[in-house]
Amino acid sequence: MRVLADILRRIRQSRAAVIYGGILVAVVVVAFIGPLLSPHDYLQTDFDNLLQRPTISGAHFFGTDDLGRDSFVRTMLGVQVTMLVAIVASVVSLLIGVTYGAIAGYVGGRVDAVMMRFVDTLYALPFVFFVILLMVAFERNFFLIFVAIGAINWLDMARIVRGQTLSLREREFVEAARLTGASTARIIFRHIAPNLIGVVIVYVTLTIPQAILVESFLSFLGLGIQEPQTSLGALVDAGVNQMEGASFMLLIPAALLAVILLCFNFLGDAMRDVFDARSVR
Amino acid sequence: MSLLSVDGLSIRYGDVGAVNDLSFAIERGESVGLVGESGSGKTQTALAILGLLPVQAEVSGSISFAEKPILGASEKELNALRAQRIAMVFQDPMQALNPFIRVGEQLRRILLQHGLAAGGQARTQVIAMLERVGLPDAERQFRAYPHQLSGGMRQRAMIAAALIAEPELLIADEPTTALDVTVQAQILQLLEAVRKDTALLLITHDLGVIAGNCERMLVVEGGELVEQGTTRDVFAHPQHEHTRRLLKAAPRLDRADIPTGGNGEEIFQISKACVSYVEQDRRTLQAVRDVDVTVRAGETVAIVGESGSGKSSLVRAALGLVPMQSGRVVFCGVTLAGLVQDRTGETRRRLQLVFQDPVGSLNPQMRVAKIIGEPLLVQEPNVPAARRRKRVAEMLEKVGLGEEFLARYPHELSGGQAQRVAIARALILKPGVLVCDEAVAALDGTVREQILGLLRQIQLESGLSIVFISHDLSVVRAVSHRVLVMYMGALVEAADNTAIFGDARHPYTRALLEAVPVPNPEHAGGRATLSGEIPSILSPPSGCAFHPRCPHARDICSAETPQLRTVNGTSVACHLAEEL
Repeated sequence: MRVLADILRRIRQSRAAVIYGGILVAVVVVAFIGPLLSPHDYLQTDFDNLLQRPTISGAHFFGTDDLGRDSFVRTMLGVQVTMLVAIVASVVSLLIGVTYGAIAGYVGGRVDAVMMRFVDTLYALPFVFFVILLMVAFERNFFLIFVAIGAINWLDMARIVRGQTLSLREREFVEAARLTGASTARIIFRHIAPNLIGVVIVYVTLTIPQAILVESFLSFLGLGIQEPQTSLGALVDAGVNQMEGASFMLLIPAALLAVILLCFNFLGDAMRDVFDARSVR
Repeated sequence: MSLLSVDGLSIRYGDVGAVNDLSFAIERGESVGLVGESGSGKTQTALAILGLLPVQAEVSGSISFAEKPILGASEKELNALRAQRIAMVFQDPMQALNPFIRVGEQLRRILLQHGLAAGGQARTQVIAMLERVGLPDAERQFRAYPHQLSGGMRQRAMIAAALIAEPELLIADEPTTALDVTVQAQILQLLEAVRKDTALLLITHDLGVIAGNCERMLVVEGGELVEQGTTRDVFAHPQHEHTRRLLKAAPRLDRADIPTGGNGEEIFQISKACVSYVEQDRRTLQAVRDVDVTVRAGETVAIVGESGSGKSSLVRAALGLVPMQSGRVVFCGVTLAGLVQDRTGETRRRLQLVFQDPVGSLNPQMRVAKIIGEPLLVQEPNVPAARRRKRVAEMLEKVGLGEEFLARYPHELSGGQAQRVAIARALILKPGVLVCDEAVAALDGTVREQILGLLRQIQLESGLSIVFISHDLSVVRAVSHRVLVMYMGALVEAADNTAIFGDARHPYTRALLEAVPVPNPEHAGGRATLSGEIPSILSPPSGCAFHPRCPHARDICSAETPQLRTVNGTSVACHLAEEL
């Protein structure tokens, strides 16, 4: 608990972390509460108001799409899905990628060789083919997207963490811990993992935008989120088709996507400083 | 008029002052030493003279070279000055030479850049210069890349680069700190021999180096000049408190309080230890060959040797950090398993290590309390947390740090404080043998004295045995009961402190002793009696490994490997031990 309190205190001290974290939290809160307060439903069509422009006073303040559905509710739904993808991608790459890479790097030798060849094998699978296979083998399912994105995202993380661990395990403080009798698990989780945080945080902030883009790519191919469900990626795709007549359909989700991605990047920078004891003054 | 005059120089970085109101002058052809501890502003001063300070530095005062101002000069004017009229030799030649360009080409470009020679002529000049700094086979070294040269050869090439344009002032910033003592002596002699009319500003923390090489010296503390004068005067009659402190802290071969005691029973033995590594190209590197070490309770055994002598490999294998190829490690009559993770709790905790780099040996993400407490937590998990905290606080007090340090992170500690924390971590398990691997090599003189004092005090109180690994013979002189000398993985001599320093039998030991600089201008030591450097351990010479560098070598030396035998109470591996 003291560790957690300490981290929270350090996060509060970092202005950048508070600002960009605050924006992200605000976006998420609005995305989940907004649709509940809106009189419209994400499926409901309004054929009298196709492609209506956004208005502040009107019924649809993000306008409507080409089928007359309320853009505000649909955009918020898209944010929900996008955030979910971001969270799943980062959790999977953190849990599996960091543990896998740290074990391979620290244990080394034959274990390392076998573990990393497995990663290479997964890398060699053509991603789109892999997703199609999943779709064929199982029912088309919302969660398969997360499985697919998670399955590729931890690979990069495992490689990066392994490389860092290889150099960390030669450091003198790790040898000192071995001499005092610390177990392998203790060395990995208490001595190596905390020193990986800087790299890991930075890499997660790169992973999240990548995952979000992969999701929209899959949706575009018709393998991802299916209508009437939607995501920011799918909304941008739809917006591109209406770019000439109703540019707001592209601009609003694209702007939101940009804000979310930028916030994740800046937050990552700030978090790296928060987690690094060396930056404490 | 002086060649270089620095007047009221101050350098600040925001709120931090690096140099404060520093004034001095250097005449043509003179050699001046600038001595001070780390953080005293020595290097900042050198960079200011070359106009190389980073942009965020706030500089005031004036520096003039040959009556032209340097502060405020344009980059073009400075470039004309650097290399051609003022040159610099850095501490680490590997960092200062471009790894992608051949050594000769780097020197040739200096000549071409300053228009000092035409194309074909430049090459001849460079080769002549490389010969002057004693690079064997200069034609071939001209085409070598920096990584193909040894440390000493690289520093020679660096000196050649600095002197090729025949500058009027040469600044050498700790030019020999990264080198072994026999190579250091060679390089210092070389600097003196080749500089001719070039004035020298020699920056160092080592008073011994100053004593043997400089006519005048400047002492700086915290960015301020506290004393200056001729080297003889300052050493004989130091005026300032800080100079006296530095002189007192400088370990000396010629007078030392040799520790007494240390004749308890034998508690720790390493016998017939061999350590080898397999290189990437599958060649075997025999780092340690058949070495025996015995340590008594309460005794300090020093292992000395230059880099590559195998001293670190030997103790790391004994501690179980790297596998031992063959040999036995016995602690209190119990043979220990080869690797530390296979050793059981009791034997494991009795051998502890203190590393060279104090900050690197502490986990940067842990607070001091946790760092010192972790060994206890691991070895005695049943001790309640409150008691553990108490023992950590007691241990911290024992190494001379207050409770306020418990909550600090390693980066908030100075080098000396971090080394105290590392010692506390090693001692909290109450080890029988503490191995110090160059544990004071990275510390300033006065801090080194304190840490050595602390170790001595703990030894007297608790009867701790210490294995003290060092390349610095003057430190070894002051701390050890017995001394083992290693060369290329084998013991060449083992004897009591007084015997080694008074009557060394092995020519290598003698050469080491003669090469140590002594902080006394009257007889400064630092003589290079050995030529060359330690050969590659991948292809050791036949017979006695030392014979290619030995001034006394005979036919038998290259034919037969000498075994350790006792001569006048000293164990020595030399065919000629009786005659020398």
